[in-house]
This record gives sequence, C-alpha cells and structure tokens, in this order.
Amino acid sequence: MSISMTVNGKAVTLDADPQMPLLWALREDLQLTGTKFGCGMALCGACTVHLDGQPVRACQTPLEAAAGKKITTIEGVAATPTGRAVQKAWLKIDVPQCGYCQSGQIMSACALLAGKKKPTDADIDGAMSGNVCRCGTYNQIRAAIHDASATLAKGG
Amino acid sequence: MGITVESPSRRGLLKTGAALTLSFALPLATTRAALAQAASAPASNTFAPNAWLRITPDGKVTVVCGSAEMGQGVLTAIPMMVAEELDADWALVSVEQAPASAAYNNPMFGMQATGGSTTVRAHWTPVRQAGAAARQMLVAAAAQQWGVDAASLRTERGQVIGPNGRQLGYGALVEAAAKQAVPEKPVLKDRKDFRIMGKPTRRLDSAAKINGTAKFGIDAHVEGMLVAVMARAPIAGAKPKAFDEGKAKAIKGVRKVIAIPSGVAVLADGYWAAKQGRDALGIEWDLGAHADLSTDKVSATLDEALQNPSAIARETGNVKDGSANSARSLTAQYDVPYLAHACMEPLNCLAWVRGDEVTIWAGTQSQGPAQGILSQVAQVTPAKVKVNTLLLGGGFGRRFAPDFTIDATLLSKLSGSPVKLVYTREDDMAAGYYRPTSRVRFEAGLDDKGQPLMLRAEVASPSIMAASGFMKIPDSGVDAMAVEGLADHPYEIPHQRVAYGRAEPGPQVWFWRSVGHSQNAFFIESFIDELAHAAKADPLKYRLALLEKHPRARGVLLLAAEKAGWSRALPKGRHRGIAVAESFGTWVAEVAEVSVSKDGAIKVHRVTAAVDCGQTVNPQTIARQIEGAVVYGLSAALYGRITFKDGKVEQSNFHDYPVLRLNEMPKVDVHIVQSSEAPGGIGEPGTPPIAPAVANAIFAATGKRLRQLPFDGEALKRA
Repeated sequence: MSISMTVNGKAVTLDADPQMPLLWALREDLQLTGTKFGCGMALCGACTVHLDGQPVRACQTPLEAAAGKKITTIEGVAATPTGRAVQKAWLKIDVPQCGYCQSGQIMSACALLAGKKKPTDADIDGAMSGNVCRCGTYNQIRAAIHDASATLAKGG
Repeated sequence: MGITVESPSRRGLLKTGAALTLSFALPLATTRAALAQAASAPASNTFAPNAWLRITPDGKVTVVCGSAEMGQGVLTAIPMMVAEELDADWALVSVEQAPASAAYNNPMFGMQATGGSTTVRAHWTPVRQAGAAARQMLVAAAAQQWGVDAASLRTERGQVIGPNGRQLGYGALVEAAAKQAVPEKPVLKDRKDFRIMGKPTRRLDSAAKINGTAKFGIDAHVEGMLVAVMARAPIAGAKPKAFDEGKAKAIKGVRKVIAIPSGVAVLADGYWAAKQGRDALGIEWDLGAHADLSTDKVSATLDEALQNPSAIARETGNVKDGSANSARSLTAQYDVPYLAHACMEPLNCLAWVRGDEVTIWAGTQSQGPAQGILSQVAQVTPAKVKVNTLLLGGGFGRRFAPDFTIDATLLSKLSGSPVKLVYTREDDMAAGYYRPTSRVRFEAGLDDKGQPLMLRAEVASPSIMAASGFMKIPDSGVDAMAVEGLADHPYEIPHQRVAYGRAEPGPQVWFWRSVGHSQNAFFIESFIDELAHAAKADPLKYRLALLEKHPRARGVLLLAAEKAGWSRALPKGRHRGIAVAESFGTWVAEVAEVSVSKDGAIKVHRVTAAVDCGQTVNPQTIARQIEGAVVYGLSAALYGRITFKDGKVEQSNFHDYPVLRLNEMPKVDVHIVQSSEAPGGIGEPGTPPIAPAVANAIFAATGKRLRQLPFDGEALKRA
C-alpha cells in the first residue's frame, strides 16, 4: 500500500505495510537511522519523533497513522529555533555518554520547549520520564533543557 | 570454553553431531606484522609513525582508537593521551575507530578488547609513548631543516618552536618527520607539564550523537542485506521441538527460515517482516535439563552450595579462635538476583561472509577475539575476518560476549547474504548472559567494645570464570569474580575466612558492570554497617578505625563525608548511609541521602561521591562515569531482578524490568581526589558502593536492614 507523508520537509511516498511501525519506515526505507529502536513497546522513548509537532513513539505508531502528516526526526530538528537551541545546549552541557537514547531525548525536549518556553523541573519530569537513559545522563538532560530555555528566552 | 557451535551444514544443523569447539583464540597475526599492517600505506604526504596517529599537511591529527566506545569516553581519553605527549593543538585533533588488529591489543588482556575498566590503565604508557615518539620525530625534522640541535627546540600546540622564535607547524613537517628514525624509548612528559590531560574536556563524539549522524551497530547497512530476527532458546540447552516454517514464509518480505544451534532465524527484507515471521513460527521448545528451572530452584541450588563451600578465598588468623574470644556474634544472610544488562541498544550485528572472507559491523567489546571466533564459525583464517567497530549503545560487559556476532556470521554463511541480526528488546532480556545471582552468609565476632575479632563469609554463586570461554577456575576452586571485593576487602580484622561454593543453577552468567564487586560491596558494606550499629558506633568512624592501613580508602570516605555534610543534621525525614569500595584500581566512597515514605517508597535524593582513581585523563568523563555508574547501580538496587519460572525468564521489557528514570534521578556530586598514583579504572567503580550506601541509609531511616536486592519496599511499610 502506498502511503505519503512529509519527512523533515520532504514529501515521501512509501509502498509498505500500513501496520508497520513508522520507526522501521524511517530507519530502513528512508535510512534515517538517527531515530533509534529501544523497546518496541513505547516504554523507552528512544524512537521519539514529532508527528505534526507532537512527540510520538515511532515504534508504536503504525505507518498509516502518519499518512498525510508532517514527521520531524532528529535529522530535521535543527530546522526550528527550538531544535537549534536544544542541540546547542546539549553540546554545551556535553550531555551524551553512549548516545543511543539522545535522539529521543532531544525530540522529547524539543516538544516540551515548543509548548512551554520556561519549563519547571516538574514539567521536565513530566515530559522526559518516558525517555530511558541507561548511562544516567538525566541531570545533564535537565540542565540542557533549562539552558535551551534560557537561550530561547533571549531570542535564540 | 563456553561456546559450542555445530557444523554449519545447510539443513541438518540441529541434527549433526560434528561439534566445532570455539575458544577466545587470538588472531594469529603477530604484533609486529599487525603494527606494520595497521600503519601501512598511509598517503605519501601523511606522517603515520605508529598505529595510533597520523598527521596530514594541514596539521590535522587523527588518533586511531583501538578500544570500543560504549559511553565511557575512550574516543576522547585516548586522543587526549596521544595529544598530550604529541603537544598537539587539541582543536585539530579528531578520532577514528581502529580495525581489529593486534597493534591495538589491550596490554592488560593480551587481546584487543574493551572491558574491566582497563582502557586508560592498560594504554597509559604505550599510547602516550606513541604520541611522544611522533613529537620527537617532528622535532628532529625541524632541527634538520633549521640546522640546529634538536635539544634547543621545544613544542607547543602543534608547533615546533626554535630558539629565536622561529616556528614550524606539524603539518609543514610531516614529510620530513616521516623520514626520521622512530625513537626506541620516547621520553614522556613530567606531570606538571600536562596541558590536556587532567583538564575537564568535552567529548569528541558528542556532535554526532546530537544530530543523528552517529553510527551504532544497529545502523549498519549494506545493499542487499537481509534482516534476521530469531526465536532464541529460552534457556541454555533448549532445542526447538517444532516450528511452522510455512507460516513464517507466508509473511510478505520473509525470504528464509534458518535453524542454527541457538534457535531459529527468520530472514526478511526488513525488521518488521522478520519479526512478524519470527512470531509466526509458533515455535515449541524442548527445554532440556532446565525445564523446571524456577527462582525457588535457583535458591535451593545456592543453599546446597552453602552446605560445603570448600574453596578458600581468604584465610587470615584462625576464625575458631576469633569466635571463641568474641563477646558477641552476629550472623546475616544476603542475596542478590540475576540481572540483565539492558543496554539501550538491543544486541545486533551485521555480518557478511563472502568466500573466504568475513566482514562484520558491530558494536562489540571484543574486537580481537571476534577475529579468532568468527574465523572458526565461518571456517576461514583469522586474518580474513574484518571487524568494523561501530558505536555501542551501551555495553556494560554484555557486548564482550560473542553470541550475537557468531549467530549473525552463521546466518550470513548459511544464507549467502549479508545478514543484520537484530534482537527485539524481549530477545535481549531473555538471551541470558546475566550477572550471577549470589548468596552470602556472614558471621562476625565482636569484642566487648564492639570491635570485630572475627569475620566469616561463605559465598555461593555461579562461576563467570567457567562461563567466560577464556578463563578457568584455578586449582583453588575459587572463582575470583565471585569473591572479588569480599575476599580482599580492606577492613583490618584479625581472624577471617572467606569461602566459595560454586552453584550452577543453569542460566548463562557473564560480566556485568563492576562484575563481582556489584554484589560483594553490597554484602560487605551492609554487614560492616550492621557491625557499626551493633557497636553503637558512627558508621563512618567505625570504618575509619578499621582502615588505618588504607589511606586511599580513608581519603575517599573522609572526602565524601565532608562534602555530604556527614556531621550536620539533615531535614526531617532524610537519612544518610555511607559505603566505600575499591574496584579496578579505583577507590570510591558514596553517601546516599534517602527518605522512606509510610508506604515503603524509597526515594534517593542526593548522592555524594568521592573518587580516587589516581592520575586523571578527563575529569569530566570521570565525574560522568561515576554519576552514570550510580544510576546503573541504583536501577539494580531499586528494581533489578531476573527471575525464572518453568525454565523461562519472567521479565521481557522495561515494564517488568524497570530502570531508573529522570523523575527519580538524585542530585549527584562527584569529588575527585588529586593524586599522583597510577591511574585506576573509571567505567565501573562507581557502581559497587551505591546499593550499600542506600541500604545503610534505609536502615538509618527505618531501623530495618534490607539484606536482599532489589530492595523490598513492602518490608518498609509502616502501620
């Protein structure tokens, strides 16, 4: 079945099983491998992408649910001021260790900041606790979100 | 020797007997040949004096790192060590991953492998010498060009500097430097002259990990590859009884179904088809000898081993005398379960067997052994096995095991296609290679002042040494990993005996971040706390009094206590616990600040760590590794347990194998002791002290001693 959507600003049409999770369309059909497979059950957040601006777990989003929608992945997140501020903060704080979860962390953080320019620690807890990091970078993630928020408050 | 793979003939893999025994054999190439190979054929205008670095005419320095990067920062630490002695301009330094080659053998292992918190320690001298040799050759080239004595020249930030302010950048010297003799004994810098090492430095691999371009094993791709998902034996020794190949093949995109010794693989155009195909197999297992494995049976096996723990790991004084002279005695039993590593990146490997050549792309901690093992799997020579080491989405010891590279290689050989084997999370969780369960029984005798005269510890645990495939249990019968941290704990107690009883309930055991220390620090540091409370002593002071001959242990205890405000009162409801442990050449003390709610919920608010790892390379990495190791140990202490029922693992994914999440994250402060001691490891030593520090804080909060991991909140409920 043919399914069309916009991925990082580009129109794409895929001939694939509509029930296949969006994750595998991104990683295998489009070779956008920055979005990671972690659990397959929306438990770890490694596969987080934006669907019409909302954070979704691509491992539990059937491809057909993305039809006609705008998808943003880690590869395209720098197109927005929020994405740029978050990536800059991540680099400044030097957040990653193994790095495997960081695409998903950044996508969740961007979605948080897009909706709430100055998130509190409680907001961060709420938005980020679905993203697992086994290396334990949580305190750096929190610091980077506050840093990105400050950057955005200054107008980027 | 743990791995047996039957002869990979196309159909009868499960039937034929011709067993091929694999060992962690090293590649046959000699170090000399490998060095030549690794440094061979650089472009003519590139200065590549050894396997570890090359410099191009633009002055750029590329450091080649032979260790695998799993978050522990080797892709930054190794370049810092080279760049320090090279006197490079850090802004011009980049890093790339080495191929598998004996040139990159880890001197502590004698093979190219990453684990045991060894990378910095093992390469401390040779890697710096590689940089120093290059620097000396650059200086010699400049001296020749200027017609001056090399001794009159110095170097700074990628420049050779002459007596009257003349300068030549390294880039301008590459051709001339390549013609200089390689110094046999390169001179290393004095510590006081370090400009790069010892300074907090940002990682070289962060940018790629932030913009989605970083390549992990699971991102490997070659044209025409098939993706494999396997139905894997649920327990060691299980064999498939029946499966429906037709149903799997009916899924669109499924190409092949192949049975191999570890299970049945479905190969498809992509992951989704392969997984659906695998699920459609409806495989039934003959579980074999462990069909009735249960957590109760595991426990019974440990008890059985404790009836006669005959291997003596430590004998000091005479415990009988110690016991007879004691005013009072304490006994306690402690337990820890099996644990999964649960790396963020599920196990995977892309393998391509072409004729007499094997190429793999994988995040593996054992690149060197992979050459030897996969050469036997594919029946080629080790030199024909090419290992492309990609980033590891977590390792924690799990990726030291060869199982996933073996299966991918077999599947490629049997299918004739490049095959990327991908584990689902559930496969990863159930695939064995667990941190061993362990049980210890302590008995201590105290004098009338509460000081310990006698300590007896009897441990039952499966043997990692026996399971490893490259180690053997020594004649003493003591598995060194089962007792590490316990047989060699630092407390001065006159009469001591530590005995080990091997218990093998069945599940495959393996190295897990900090290995035996992960449980033994919990055991000894909790029990010492029990003794302190029995003596009505402050747990810090009690420890210090027993550590007079161990200044580094005292140093980290005192530093952690000071920074945590040990002697200051805490807000109501908050309580502290302290623990200390040496592992991998590094001392770490941690103070945990904890509260326990009425319904038994444990909250860790803050952890203050002090670390003495000797001389440092990158203090930023040290702080982050300690913090990360605390998180890893907290996940295990609060939640981690792999249990068994009817021969199968009961956990499957992050809902029933929970790990610490951001909303539970304590504040963590890490304080590093300034030291001129030899460097210690840093990837693992932060893990051992956290469980006992929290257990001791829970005791301070509730008066209840939790002697089992994970902590049982039910036991803490207050009416």
